[in-house]
Amino acid sequence: MSAPGTALRAGSDPYHIGHAPSTGVPEYTGHGGGGPSPKRIYVGYGFWIFILSDVVLFSCFFATYTVLIGARDGGPGPQQLFDLHTTALETACLLLSSFTCGLTSLAVARHSLLWSEVCLAITGLLGLAFLGLEAHEFIGLVAQGAGPTRSAFLTSFFALVGCHGVHVSAGLLWLGTMMAQFPAKGFKESIRHRYLCFSLFWHALDIIWVGIFTVVYLIGTITP
Amino acid sequence: MTLLGKLTWQAIPFQEPLPLFSGLAVVIVVVAVVAWVVAKGYVPYLWREWITSVDHKRIGIMYCMLAGVMLLRGFIDAIMMRTQQVMAYNAPGFLPPSHFDQVFSAHGTIMIFFVAMPFVIGLMNVIVPLQLGVRDVAFPTLNSVSFWLTAAGALLVNLSLVVGEFDKMGWLPYPPLSELRYSPGVGVDYYCWALQISGAGTLMTGINFVTTILKLRAPGMHYTRMPMFCWTALAANLLIVAAFPVLTATLAMLLLDRYVGFHFFTNTGGGNSMMFMNLIWAWGHPEVYILVLPAFGIYSEVVSTFSNKPLFGYRSMIYATMAICIISFMVWLHHFFTMGAGADVNAIFGIASMIIAVPTGVKIFNWLFTMYGGYVRFTTPMLWSLGFMVTFAIGGMTGVLLAVPPADFQLHNSVFLVAHFHNVIIGAVLFGVFAGYTYWFPKSFGFVLDERLGKWAFWLWLIGFWVAWGPGYVVGLEGMTRRLQHYDVAEWHPWLVVAEWGVFIILLGIIAQIAQIVVSVRTREQRRDLTGDPWDGRNLEWITSSPPPPFNFAVLPNVTDQEPYWDMKARAREIGQLTRPEPEYEPIHLPRNSPTGFVTAFFAVITGFALIWHIWWLVLLGLVGSYATFVVFAWRDHDEELIPAEEVARLDRANRAARSAALHHRQLRRETRQEPSE
Repeated sequence: MSAPGTALRAGSDPYHIGHAPSTGVPEYTGHGGGGPSPKRIYVGYGFWIFILSDVVLFSCFFATYTVLIGARDGGPGPQQLFDLHTTALETACLLLSSFTCGLTSLAVARHSLLWSEVCLAITGLLGLAFLGLEAHEFIGLVAQGAGPTRSAFLTSFFALVGCHGVHVSAGLLWLGTMMAQFPAKGFKESIRHRYLCFSLFWHALDIIWVGIFTVVYLIGTITP
Repeated sequence: MTLLGKLTWQAIPFQEPLPLFSGLAVVIVVVAVVAWVVAKGYVPYLWREWITSVDHKRIGIMYCMLAGVMLLRGFIDAIMMRTQQVMAYNAPGFLPPSHFDQVFSAHGTIMIFFVAMPFVIGLMNVIVPLQLGVRDVAFPTLNSVSFWLTAAGALLVNLSLVVGEFDKMGWLPYPPLSELRYSPGVGVDYYCWALQISGAGTLMTGINFVTTILKLRAPGMHYTRMPMFCWTALAANLLIVAAFPVLTATLAMLLLDRYVGFHFFTNTGGGNSMMFMNLIWAWGHPEVYILVLPAFGIYSEVVSTFSNKPLFGYRSMIYATMAICIISFMVWLHHFFTMGAGADVNAIFGIASMIIAVPTGVKIFNWLFTMYGGYVRFTTPMLWSLGFMVTFAIGGMTGVLLAVPPADFQLHNSVFLVAHFHNVIIGAVLFGVFAGYTYWFPKSFGFVLDERLGKWAFWLWLIGFWVAWGPGYVVGLEGMTRRLQHYDVAEWHPWLVVAEWGVFIILLGIIAQIAQIVVSVRTREQRRDLTGDPWDGRNLEWITSSPPPPFNFAVLPNVTDQEPYWDMKARAREIGQLTRPEPEYEPIHLPRNSPTGFVTAFFAVITGFALIWHIWWLVLLGLVGSYATFVVFAWRDHDEELIPAEEVARLDRANRAARSAALHHRQLRRETRQEPSE
């Protein structure tokens, strides 16, 4: 599959994005005339495009939240409902899990099964803790009569934060599958690509959470 | 009773003979076809070569076939609506209101989501990897999942014909009418779940094609050497990635309102129904361009090939495409100027809508100048393109009229508007996919379609369209609103009778198209495309045999020009032989077939159906099944197949021999022609 004429254009990628540092064999990123890029590049790239589409999905829920924040129908608002302590704990769990997810990437790169499993397990436990805290918050809100059916404001709140929660749950399901796959399949190429996608997904959920944390909890509790 | 949720025998329309018998007829036809396939022993072949295929060409053909079948379904709806409006002047007609409402809703939904979309995506599937000079799309199995999810959505929509009912409020379910309080039936749920499932498939297609076009191209194919169809496909798929999540989110909100009592769009609890209009059109307007941009790409290919000239203003065409891609996200409010957002907002969106006409005009002029001074061959694809240019120019102008807010206040929701969008969607999208279908048919099947019947189909469609929708503009200006089940205005009646005739002329066009397929298949031996280049084409899809081998290209082509194949042919004619010596053939890895797509779609249908009828245990079963499918797919080790070098050599040598022969034949012909004159 080596394409004629590619060697001439080895320098067409001035930043050498995606070039394997050790082997010295140029890997094309797909820009310009280098020919098809290798699987490692386009698998990650395709997953990035998916994450962008997911961000668009969240942006709709963010938009409805900001439109409906004042539509309380006589019900409670953010200041009466949100507890920043729980939010801080949730944020800590999720940010830490991103860190351990990064550690897993390093372990995967070194083909260390033990450390990959350990770091992934910690990531998963932190994710579970986050979900537990979120569930606790939701149950508390519903118990005090501030469930999603109470007002449009609460509808949009539960939808936005819940959508993130559903994503984290799906991520945990994926994480479990990965933990089963490392020992069963070893660190072969396709498994490493899959882990690359998983880590992109997990980090993206963190970024979304930072948006939720800011827009919903921080801004919500400082403005009446 | 709770075991089957809301599903009871009442869901079957025993009292209404029309849906019952049409539904029964469909069921009988489907069962007969399945029985015939099983009896003939075709099941293993279908399973091996089509259902589990991850080959982009096969998937593309299946998309187009789905679109063709659904076009017939949607067109029957159209005949019913036109007939109803002819009969219902001071009379009830033959369709009761609740049925008429379902017919126009199903017509719109089917034509947009299950005809136009799959047809456009199907053609992209067949052609984009070939034009890029690569072996497949970036994610072949995902591609199969996309197709089967689209088919699953189509199945659910058609299921509503027999079990339950369909949405009754048009192709976009506007709240508060679509909320549970005013639409307690399953119609809206059928609509929403069918579109959620097929929408997920479309999103995956978008991701797949953006990645393919940006990351997988033959060596030497810079962005400014990409064929126009690939550029427009890129723009359309970028729009899919950016717009379809909005559809998913909006329908999810409506479903949350309906299923668990949320208050996004309700009249109570502080809900805001105008938010639905904003969100749905933030998807809906880009959707229009998702459909029409690839059609523009097809016209670019067709006009250039049949004018024997490079596309005029190639770079300006790229700018125009990308400008449309971006501006299409900034005009959504023109679908509801009457919301009352105020003069300033309406003015901005009105002007933005008119600005879109500028890049579109650039394109029209580029096609005209491509033909100017060219040697134009009036083949069927070229006729569709010419018919498009005239029809679309008029449809575009009525669109600019509607973009003027004061005019829109008069014309909003009138038949004038309906005539406008039929004018652009039939005149641009449908004519475009018909042009592409005729143009690329030999590439997919190895023989050329019958030209005479193709031209008949074109003229019948063109005339039929204008007879059917010309009157729409008139009655629209006379004040007729859309979706009328009956009326008592004498001035409208004659125009609606004319429109009915138009629909029957279109029907003749469709019959001509079916006849064209039948005749062409029967006489295929005489119409074989031996060289793989029946039209004297210019881009890489014509460099390989028709139909192409599974691996598309034995060796990836090396692109040195904006029209790589034309460039190669010119050099070959100069030197009198093929430009490339026979390459060293190597074995080729191809992705292995996978039933993942089919199985996923199976569980999607189960889950969707269970959700529509509130059969919760079945929902759980469907979701667990989907997850299990995912794990089984993730677990497989052997995901590639090897085509040995000898097989590659055998297929490629045959193609090279055919091309060499054609080249020599051409030279011989030229020499004998020149002799007498010298």
